[in-house]
Amino acid sequence: MGLTSASSGQTAGSGLAPPSVLVSIIGVMVSLTLTFIGLTAITFVISRVMPVDPVLAIVGDRASDEVYQQVYLQLGLDKPIYIQYLRYLGQLAEGDLGTSIMTAQPVIDDILRFFPATLELATVATLLGIFVGVPAGVFAAVHQGRWPDHIVRVVALLGYSAPIFWLGLVALLIFYANLGWVAGPGRLDVFYDGIVEPKSGILLLDAALADEWDIFHNALSHLILPASILGTFALAYIARMTRSFMLDQLSQEYILTARVKGIPERQVIWRHAFRNVLVQLITIIGLTYASLLEGSVLTETVFSWPGIGQYITHSLFNNDMNAVLGGTIVVGVCFVGINMLSDLLYRLVDPRVR
Amino acid sequence: MTDAPLLKVEDLHVSYNTPTGVVEAVRGVSFELGREKLGIVGESGSGKSQTGRAILGLVAPGGQRRARRLEFDGTDLLSADERTMRRIRGDCISMIMQDPKYSLNPVMSIGAQIEEAFLVHRETIRQEARERTLEMLRAVKIREAERVYKAYPHEVSGGMGQRIMIAMMMIPEPDIIIADEPTSALDVTVQLQVLAVLDDMISERGMGLIFISHDLNLVASFCDRILVMYGGQVVEQCLAAELDQARHPYTRGLLNCLPSLDHGQDELPVLKRDPAWLSAVKVSS
Repeated sequence: MGLTSASSGQTAGSGLAPPSVLVSIIGVMVSLTLTFIGLTAITFVISRVMPVDPVLAIVGDRASDEVYQQVYLQLGLDKPIYIQYLRYLGQLAEGDLGTSIMTAQPVIDDILRFFPATLELATVATLLGIFVGVPAGVFAAVHQGRWPDHIVRVVALLGYSAPIFWLGLVALLIFYANLGWVAGPGRLDVFYDGIVEPKSGILLLDAALADEWDIFHNALSHLILPASILGTFALAYIARMTRSFMLDQLSQEYILTARVKGIPERQVIWRHAFRNVLVQLITIIGLTYASLLEGSVLTETVFSWPGIGQYITHSLFNNDMNAVLGGTIVVGVCFVGINMLSDLLYRLVDPRVR
Repeated sequence: MTDAPLLKVEDLHVSYNTPTGVVEAVRGVSFELGREKLGIVGESGSGKSQTGRAILGLVAPGGQRRARRLEFDGTDLLSADERTMRRIRGDCISMIMQDPKYSLNPVMSIGAQIEEAFLVHRETIRQEARERTLEMLRAVKIREAERVYKAYPHEVSGGMGQRIMIAMMMIPEPDIIIADEPTSALDVTVQLQVLAVLDDMISERGMGLIFISHDLNLVASFCDRILVMYGGQVVEQCLAAELDQARHPYTRGLLNCLPSLDHGQDELPVLKRDPAWLSAVKVSS
């Protein structure tokens, strides 16, 4: 009786063999390319079939026919749509997303300015969700049916169902206007603006790198409220999922085995059950993070946070299709990237899919 | 009984509160166990598994355990706190579960799981635990112990998984092993191999064994003594060699249902249950 051959071939014995790594990397690259082509094709077609005249959006409705024609040809709108698409892909490959009508700047520059703000907000919110939500979910599952469980469930339900803009306004009213514990809307106080050179665009990081701790604290003070509000949402979801995953794992037979071995309950929970929960949680956390990166327009609006969600929304209202297209592609790339990352982590945590 | 009993169980009850009322899974089971092999036989729902779990204090949530006496080697298990129970579990009394597919942690390597059972009861360095683990894997007749040490549960077969389970539960050298249907999830051919391994290790180390099974023949050939359970009670207690002289109608009925190679039978009888058995007096030889 040796190791069973049923275990997907490559798993037996010596771990991952080099050729299979290569194959899986190539597989990932191929699927990535296909996803990317699909993503750009769909967004491109949508932007072209929208009843918006891109020429008119640029030249304005008082331009002469001559000017109109010139721009029309310049944009290549006389060519068939697949040629236009290929041209767009070519520009994209050079990192050119076109020029935004609204800001009169290259879309790529706009995105590099707005996206880090969202990245900062979403990352802190997700971290909050993980570091509070996961222990809360585990705690609730371990005390199932008793008061800690009820508290976590009610809080999670509230966090999940309360309208985020309302929560944001109330939080601003209490913690900014009345108590003055935190800074108000925006990313920085006006007099700190533009002091630190935006290397990464993530203020906390830039300020820390430049050794400007006043600015760091100010940025943190601005960030904490929107991140908490957004984090509540992530937290509620993560806590609920953790609780139900944990309950499921705690009823498994291997938990009884661990208890029979005489292992302390804390280790039964974290060493045995949680490792299995983690496998399922990775997907949930990845999806939560991706959806927050997409830009949470409501939070960004309430807190005047200059993020990608606001940028895309404004561009859409102004028929600024290059900006919308560029923003969508960035968000799409984020989604794909995070999915890939969680896929990789998944393989790391779960020996069954290696 | 060979020497002073290790485990004394007197009037053990396990009950569950359900929405439809209290269900009595075990109703007044008493027995003593020395360094011997005791078989507990019964159909599903007869309370044999619940008896095993109750001894370890691991009754499922919602369950309650009561007993007049529950003693291991002078320690009262009824009043023991969680700390004492943890010390006893694994180190003194251990349990082998039915199906290795579910009873091994899927995301921990086999070596880590076995090692952990040892480390939790012994203050020792990892290196020694690792050597003990490899030794144990070889003792349960696993070739390529080094490779299995690094493997994960999904990479081994059922029979191998069950031998790994045996290694894991034997490594702290407990005095009593409870084997809860240890071969029911295995192929018939593999069953015998696993039983042989279990038998070797029990006899070598002079442990007490509680062998829980629904298979009357298997228990009779493997154990010294047999308890027959029905409806949460022990209805018959006898030596394995004297099973053919069993007197309780349930045991007799079961024996009659077994086909025999020696005497041809046109039709196997079906066991007729008598409601009176549920309140019947115990037959003991």
